Amino acid sequence: MDISYILFIPLIPLAVFLLLGIGYQKIQPSVSGYIGVAGMATSAALSYYAAYQYFFASGKVDGVYQTFVEKTVWMNFTDTLHIDMGILVDPISIMMLVVVTTISLMVHIYSRGYMDGDKGYTKFFAFLSLFSFSMLGLVLATNLFQIYIFWELVGVSSYLLIGYYYTKTSAVAAAKKAFIVTRFADFGFLIGILIVGYYAGTFDFETLNAVNAEGEGLLLNWASTSFMGLSVITWGLILIFMGGAGKSAMFPLHIWLPDAMEGPTPVSALIHAATMVVAGVYLVARLFPMYYFVEGGYALNIVAYVGGFSSLFAAVIALTQTDIKRVLAFSTMSQIGYMMLALGVSSYKGHEGVGYMASMFHLFTHAMFKALLFLGAGSVIHAVHSNYLKDMGGLRKYMPITNITFLIAALAIAGVPPFAGFWSKDEILVAAFEKNQLLYFVVLFVAGLTAFYMFRLYFGIFWGKDTKYHHPPHESPMSMAFPLLFLALMSMVAGFIPFSKFVTADKVGFEAHLNLPLAAVAVGTGLTGIIIAWIFYKKENDLAEKFANAFGMFYKWTYHKFYFDEIYMFVTKKIIFNLVSAPIAKFDKKYVDGTMEGIGNKTVIISEKIKGLQSGRLQDYAMFFVSGVVVVALVFIYLWT
Amino acid sequence: MIAGISIYEIFTLTSILFFIGIYGFITRKNLISILISLELILNASAINFVVINKYLYPDVLQGVFFSIFIIAVAAAETALAVAIIINLYRQISSVEVKDTEIMKY
Repeated sequence: MDISYILFIPLIPLAVFLLLGIGYQKIQPSVSGYIGVAGMATSAALSYYAAYQYFFASGKVDGVYQTFVEKTVWMNFTDTLHIDMGILVDPISIMMLVVVTTISLMVHIYSRGYMDGDKGYTKFFAFLSLFSFSMLGLVLATNLFQIYIFWELVGVSSYLLIGYYYTKTSAVAAAKKAFIVTRFADFGFLIGILIVGYYAGTFDFETLNAVNAEGEGLLLNWASTSFMGLSVITWGLILIFMGGAGKSAMFPLHIWLPDAMEGPTPVSALIHAATMVVAGVYLVARLFPMYYFVEGGYALNIVAYVGGFSSLFAAVIALTQTDIKRVLAFSTMSQIGYMMLALGVSSYKGHEGVGYMASMFHLFTHAMFKALLFLGAGSVIHAVHSNYLKDMGGLRKYMPITNITFLIAALAIAGVPPFAGFWSKDEILVAAFEKNQLLYFVVLFVAGLTAFYMFRLYFGIFWGKDTKYHHPPHESPMSMAFPLLFLALMSMVAGFIPFSKFVTADKVGFEAHLNLPLAAVAVGTGLTGIIIAWIFYKKENDLAEKFANAFGMFYKWTYHKFYFDEIYMFVTKKIIFNLVSAPIAKFDKKYVDGTMEGIGNKTVIISEKIKGLQSGRLQDYAMFFVSGVVVVALVFIYLWT
Repeated sequence: MIAGISIYEIFTLTSILFFIGIYGFITRKNLISILISLELILNASAINFVVINKYLYPDVLQGVFFSIFIIAVAAAETALAVAIIINLYRQISSVEVKDTEIMKY
């Protein structure tokens, strides 16, 4: 299979970025929007073609999906250890290409309406293209180092886009926070890469993930060296997962995601819901054979529990938030927790690898309906100019398209058949049920919570109290409505894609069955959540408030996100800044700087004192010269022996 | 070799001449006087060359030739110095040393 044209999928957005970035002053906003959309549409078309070619035409040899790699050596260290640049094509990278280009295209189209009249319109599209390029490069990376490079690039573009409204203090703070927190996590990632590179002798995904005929990892026995009872490779994998957890906002590195909602809403939909935040999931999936085979999957267990806990934690917080974008942010975190959990409970071969498949499936469907939710929320915010639930209500009369599409997305995420979320969530439930009952109940409980908070949001925005608006809200323009409709369609049909035939851990494909009892329980839980939300929020009443008061303390804790921001602030400001950084800064100022400044000052003072020697009088100089000669002569005559 | 005069007496003479030159160079206020003092220093060394040649190495002539070179160089140097002084006079209307102190810190 010829894969060289796939190289153009990331390069087109790069070209668009350079064009818009360099011609920022000269290109008219109306033109730049079209350039961005056209570039992304080309990329999307290419990736659809690539997907068709790979999955249906020439990707399969003897029933196994092959991995195609094209690369050149970029930096040489030793014969085996070198950093390559190239593209890697296998089921998950093709799937991610489709997800990223689709969502990115929709967001580009949507942004033309949403950002209309904004001063930095061209800049916005340039940044979007930069992000698309970085994300596509990340997806196609052939080795750990290449993925790391693009990993940082998506971090930068995320930073730029969160801080897009740079005159707003909160946006600037949020951008910094997101960058620093993910950067901190990436530090772990880098150490992990170096450990794996050092002990395995290669960064290459193909070599690292090689599996022999018995279905065991070829590099099982690297590194007998152990550290604190675990092999160093396991430590490396845990550290790599730390990087993934930072990007994917897993507990306890989640604090940046809610704040990242300061960015424009299309950005939240693209970066903080559908693509960048699932990079962590993608990373674990990319190294899945390693995670699974090294030391009996110890690192993978950590992935599962971190994912499970994050999904529960975020779902609980999402119940009480009043900023609609923050509810969606926590919901994203919760759903990514699902994906991590599904990866964590997965096995490698055949039907036992259902977790892996479920994770990728959920990534795919979640990208569609979560992007739709965000774009819908953006449409609402566009209409009422507020992020808060208290300013909304009864909007169904004003915004029929947004209402319907938002409802579809909410049904999809709540796991109501036949919408997309139901199918992928069902697979996750099956995977968790087969491997770990405790995690199964977590998933089930979170499914109920998800349905509840999502419909709290839905009823709160579109039903509930009849708010009086100063300007009657209006339906969004066509450029914004079209992506909503397209994604709504995807949210309805994406679940029917037979994912288990295409994307599996061992790349063979299997027949997935709907597990009816489990599905029934899940749907029951979801419907319960929806019904409770119906009772609480459909009509304006004080039931919800009474309920909240009954919980009292717990409600308050949840509302404040369990005070995690405050804890981090305390640790950084009070402990690290005051006890560590301040004394070091003082030492630096006083002694290091002091020495250098002292040398300089003393030189100046001494020079000031002796400058009179240069009097400009010729005879003074002659005097010094003669006396010098006399002294030298005396020394030579009397003292030289 | 001059009868009745030893080399020490001539050295005493040239030393006195030399230090008179140095003294004049350092203490005179007029640039022309300084130039004259400089000539004294040069003459003292020229005499020394001749005397040392005559008294210590009577069969060669290098010392004598060297003194002739010194005279030539002194003439050239004087011409140069006088030219500088004349130019200086055109600039500041003075040949006093104290008026030429502008090249300092």
